[in-house]
Amino acid sequence: MKIPFTYNVRSVLGRPVSTALTALGIALVVAVFIGMLALANGFAAALTRTGSPKNVLVLRRGADSEMSSGLERDVVSILSGSPHVARGADGRPLASPELYVIIPLGRMGDTTQLANVVVRGVSDAAWGVRANVHVTEGRRPASGRNEVCVGNRLVGRFPGTGIGETMRFAGRPWAVTCHFAAGGSAFESEIWGENEQILPAMRRDGFQSLSFRLADPAAFDEAKRAIEADKRMQVDVYRESAFYAKQSELLGRILRILAIMITAIMAVGAVFGAVNTMYAAVASRAPEIAVLLTLGFKPRSILASFLAESALIAGVGGVLGCLLALPMNGIVTSTTNWASFSEIAFSFRITPMLLLAGLIFAVVMGTVGGFFPARRASKVPVVQAIR
Amino acid sequence: MKFFTLLRANLGRHKRRTILTMASVALALFLFASLRTVVTTLKAASQFGSARRLVSTNATGIVFPLPIAYANRLATIPGVEKITWANWFGGQYGDGKRFFANFAVDAKSYLDLYPEMQVPADQKAAFLADRAGALIGARLVDLFGWKVGQNVTLRGTIFPGDWTFTVRGVYTPTDKAINDDAMMFHFEYLDEKTGRNGLAGWYIMQIDQPDNAPRIAKTVDDMFRNSSAPTRTGTEQAFNASFATMWGNVSLLMNTIGMAVVFAILLVTANAMMMSARERTRELAVLKTIGFTDRRLFGLVMLEAGIITVTGAVIGLGAAKLLYRATNFNAAGFLPGFDVTTATLLLGGGIALVLMLASGIVPAARAARLPVVAALRNVE
Repeated sequence: MKIPFTYNVRSVLGRPVSTALTALGIALVVAVFIGMLALANGFAAALTRTGSPKNVLVLRRGADSEMSSGLERDVVSILSGSPHVARGADGRPLASPELYVIIPLGRMGDTTQLANVVVRGVSDAAWGVRANVHVTEGRRPASGRNEVCVGNRLVGRFPGTGIGETMRFAGRPWAVTCHFAAGGSAFESEIWGENEQILPAMRRDGFQSLSFRLADPAAFDEAKRAIEADKRMQVDVYRESAFYAKQSELLGRILRILAIMITAIMAVGAVFGAVNTMYAAVASRAPEIAVLLTLGFKPRSILASFLAESALIAGVGGVLGCLLALPMNGIVTSTTNWASFSEIAFSFRITPMLLLAGLIFAVVMGTVGGFFPARRASKVPVVQAIR
Repeated sequence: MKFFTLLRANLGRHKRRTILTMASVALALFLFASLRTVVTTLKAASQFGSARRLVSTNATGIVFPLPIAYANRLATIPGVEKITWANWFGGQYGDGKRFFANFAVDAKSYLDLYPEMQVPADQKAAFLADRAGALIGARLVDLFGWKVGQNVTLRGTIFPGDWTFTVRGVYTPTDKAINDDAMMFHFEYLDEKTGRNGLAGWYIMQIDQPDNAPRIAKTVDDMFRNSSAPTRTGTEQAFNASFATMWGNVSLLMNTIGMAVVFAILLVTANAMMMSARERTRELAVLKTIGFTDRRLFGLVMLEAGIITVTGAVIGLGAAKLLYRATNFNAAGFLPGFDVTTATLLLGGGIALVLMLASGIVPAARAARLPVVAALRNVE
């Protein structure tokens, strides 16, 4: 027969300090667990959302990032004329030959602290190709002018990023005409301008990459085969979403490994805490347990009951941990995307799944920590304990 | 010591609890030392750099080159003693999963400017004599199993194609903050194979006196201000610091986690100490009856907490120090010179003492204030 759960609840409430200390310890582990994975999540999400599965990114063969790539104008025009490129409403190809450079910008507050920021020279078609990008304020840079649109995440973090203000880079002033959002993606940490303006300013004569919308999203493999087989150019073709997801791999992996290592070590400590608490609980309640056994409860029920008690304490800790971690959601932080050496801002991303994982983690810690004490409880020698 | 037996008996009463608590403290301090070392290593990396070396890069951005013709003009600036230049190559080896720095250098002047990179004389001569030769860091030998005399092929990302070099020498840095997993090869080889000419990625100058750095940096930048490739010049330290700051708020993150870890373990130890003291209420009362003073009992409980936290700390901190040293850990090249510093060890020791105070104070005070009669009556 099962021992009623209220027995556990009341026992736990009977020793509030020890319970609270154990639960808090577990709460901290869960909070760190959720926080670190939220960081890794946020970073991966920012890069994964950058690309669209409907888009294709073309780089020079062997290049591992947009920065190390290079595409000459003749290659760009061959690519733009490809039948795999979708056409816009005006009948022109939805293809954007782009320049991708990083520039040093002084941070707000302390302009001697430089950060590498991406400047992307795009064609007019880019705003159509990148469906996730939309101007939130102001108007798009006019063609033929030294004007730029600044990603949301840069605004307020670097001087001169407000609309109507002027930024200075590549030896020229650039008027900021708009801000854009891109669904939390890495684009939001970039400055966009017209490629034909950025190109001469940066003293470049070729582009670096070309992004285009697939005419038939299902025909990626066919497009890749056709373009890579074209003898007139040496290029690699990627699905945009897959390419950017891969860019997040290195740092994403480091963050995940770090999260798992740190929380695993912390968890062992917290489990030890739970073990201590439960052993003490079992020791002080030996007569009680003996009574339960005398009443006819099976040792198995006693084991289950104490496991449940330990899981209960840990579960409370888990909930507390989730509550502690929740305020982190949305906090913007920045780091370097090592694939492009540029700074990227992103936010901690706590998902319901992550909270659930934290709770399960807590309960597992409790069950593991409670197992041996619970077994001890189930083996309490009745006669001695009652005497 | 007079009370040693008593202390040992107390600690041994619940051997499991004592050991688990010590282990928790050890784990916490191991973690603390590891996290803190990430911070100190990054800090050391950002502070590395001779005050006598200046670095000039293109003001537009580090990806833009500078004309090689600048070398002669830079060399004429008063105070500049030596000059060298390099160019990022960005080649990948094998599956490309293990990133390592590789760049083209003007070999002779580069080694001249970096005496911290120690190369055996015969290997140095062989490297300088071979246009397709490469100089590699000692770690690459362990990592990829490369040997002197072996041909290695890198896949170019910025400069397309397969590039074959012959390993001619292995350098060992005397300064831990210098990467020991970089590869250097001849500038001439890069120019010859790419057909590009007259461009350098960055210049490094050795100047006569650190005090002259701001003046010389300004002279350099003024010299090229109105040219097609303006420069940005600063000390090597500032150059390195700019890379270190690119990690973002790592320090804050590591410190926050470290605090959480320490606090979580504080809860565990405090709980253990309170449990121990509570179970021994009657004993403590007996001790008082036979003449132990309040102060002495306070000290005994504190000492017991201290033994647990300090032993745990010694194990945890010692393990961190030895483990990272023995495995020569450097986080896949991201954290060169990863080593637990003495300051970190001392700080860890301090934390152990704080843990002792915080976890011992309540039970110790309770023991000291224990009313004997009540305690003896209450139990059984």
